[in-house]
Amino acid sequence: MNTHGELATYNFAYLDEQTKRMIRRAILKAIAIPGYQVPFASREMPMPYGWGTGGVQVTAAVIGPDDTLKVIDQGADDTTNAVSIRAFFQKVTNVAVTTSTRQATIIQTRHRIPEEQLGENQILVYQVPIPEPLRFLEPRETETRKMHALEEYGLMHVKLYEDIARNGHIATTYAYPVKVEGRYVMDPSPTPKFDNPKMHMSQALQLFGAGREKRIYAIPPYTEVVSLDFEDHPFEVQTFKDPCALCAATGVYLDEVILDDKGSRMFVCSDTDHCENRRNEGHHGHLSGQALEAQQ
Amino acid sequence: MNEQPLLRVNSMTKYYGSRIGCRDVSFELWPGEVLAIVGESGSGKTTLLNNISTRLTPTSGTVEYRMRDGQFRDLYRMGEAERRFLMRTDWGFVHQNPADGLRMTVSAGANVGERLMAIGDRHYGDIRNTATRWLGRVEIDADRVDDQPRDFSGGMRQRLQIARNLVTGPRLVFMDEPTGGLDVSVQARLLDLVRSLVNDLGLSAIVVTHDLAVARLLSHRMMVMKDGYVIEQGLTDRVLDDPREPYTQLLVSSILQV
Repeated sequence: MNTHGELATYNFAYLDEQTKRMIRRAILKAIAIPGYQVPFASREMPMPYGWGTGGVQVTAAVIGPDDTLKVIDQGADDTTNAVSIRAFFQKVTNVAVTTSTRQATIIQTRHRIPEEQLGENQILVYQVPIPEPLRFLEPRETETRKMHALEEYGLMHVKLYEDIARNGHIATTYAYPVKVEGRYVMDPSPTPKFDNPKMHMSQALQLFGAGREKRIYAIPPYTEVVSLDFEDHPFEVQTFKDPCALCAATGVYLDEVILDDKGSRMFVCSDTDHCENRRNEGHHGHLSGQALEAQQ
Repeated sequence: MNEQPLLRVNSMTKYYGSRIGCRDVSFELWPGEVLAIVGESGSGKTTLLNNISTRLTPTSGTVEYRMRDGQFRDLYRMGEAERRFLMRTDWGFVHQNPADGLRMTVSAGANVGERLMAIGDRHYGDIRNTATRWLGRVEIDADRVDDQPRDFSGGMRQRLQIARNLVTGPRLVFMDEPTGGLDVSVQARLLDLVRSLVNDLGLSAIVVTHDLAVARLLSHRMMVMKDGYVIEQGLTDRVLDDPREPYTQLLVSSILQV
């Protein structure tokens, strides 16, 4: 299936059809067993490991000519990783691309879930560096697999215990472990724990691809996703003191931007599309430039 | 005392290829009893211990354990999930090298609390209190609860390992050379501690040691192994005071007197 005349040597979406079938089989299995890490024969992609080779392969396996693709990196559409992956798919699929969360049918993401609620017609593809939530406590793959199989998850709480013992609170802020559908403990990739509640009962299909580690896992729509915690130290998401400096949004995840070398800083939405939409709707933060324009 | 044994081992044999690990070992262990397995290096002590504690699979023979419901179960006919659950709740295993039995990179409190969290405890304060109480029982100061075991001395590590194993109230504890690598005064304190814990908690224990003094202090009964065979067994005092086999006599007579 080749829709792009100039690139006759490439199959649609770069991977050959057999490879895509192999990945789709892994994805189907992952959807059938929510949270379970399905091994798959990860391919070399024309980008280095750590740049989202797993996510790219998953996207390549599910994308069709009618899809609209959005790629984000830390919530932003305009960072290097997002721009290069978007350009890659434009080149090898010629599908429509967008920065609008609402218009996208497939969103490939690194480190964030969009602020806007996703719908049933959308797929969220995560790039995952280390899929195994137990890895830093138990280095043996044979052992972690056994622990998943036998549902021995006491060790995950040892990590949280250790957090509280050292810091007085659960200091894990990203890759915060979750239990999916009451069975498998899963690493939600390095998204901030702020985004964990969005995974719970999400209408969109969520697919996770780890290229170097050769694992695919999934959360089907309307699946229970619970963040692990202690009774006396319940799960909490990050909160921010001030609203977004550009769009005045509250209750969203903010990035810190250093403004000069004298310690000034501002906090802005990490989801650039969300921020732009709000500004277009007329919301303005204290650094959005309105005051400057009024002066001129 | 209970009328049924806790553990029944029937003609257990383990071959490593064509070499003998241990051969045709049968014994029963009763509740509250401490059994010492002694012998020189390579006599099959540790092989026997690992076979009984399901860390190795025997070539032939059975090991039956009386579960808390009073039923005997063959350990090698249990599902793996059930066996592992048994190992981390009703059993303990104290390694010779504490680093094998501890998580060296998490705090002492988390080390003791791990078994509690594994069986579903989800209250941080309670877990920490239990851990602190257990550290006290093994004579580790409460203010060390957040320190990592790699900051502990050898004796403290060994005591921490014991606390970690006893926190779920096991009925049977396996110990592989628990005092190996410790100096004599620390050894003496550890033995004292283990002896009082075993008495207080009514534990059964199987202790592997090459040190006859350890066997004398801790155990009620002992088995002497040589070349994979149990050559003599009986009450500890009887075996040590009146050894019958020539090899046991040699072993007893080679204890250094100071």
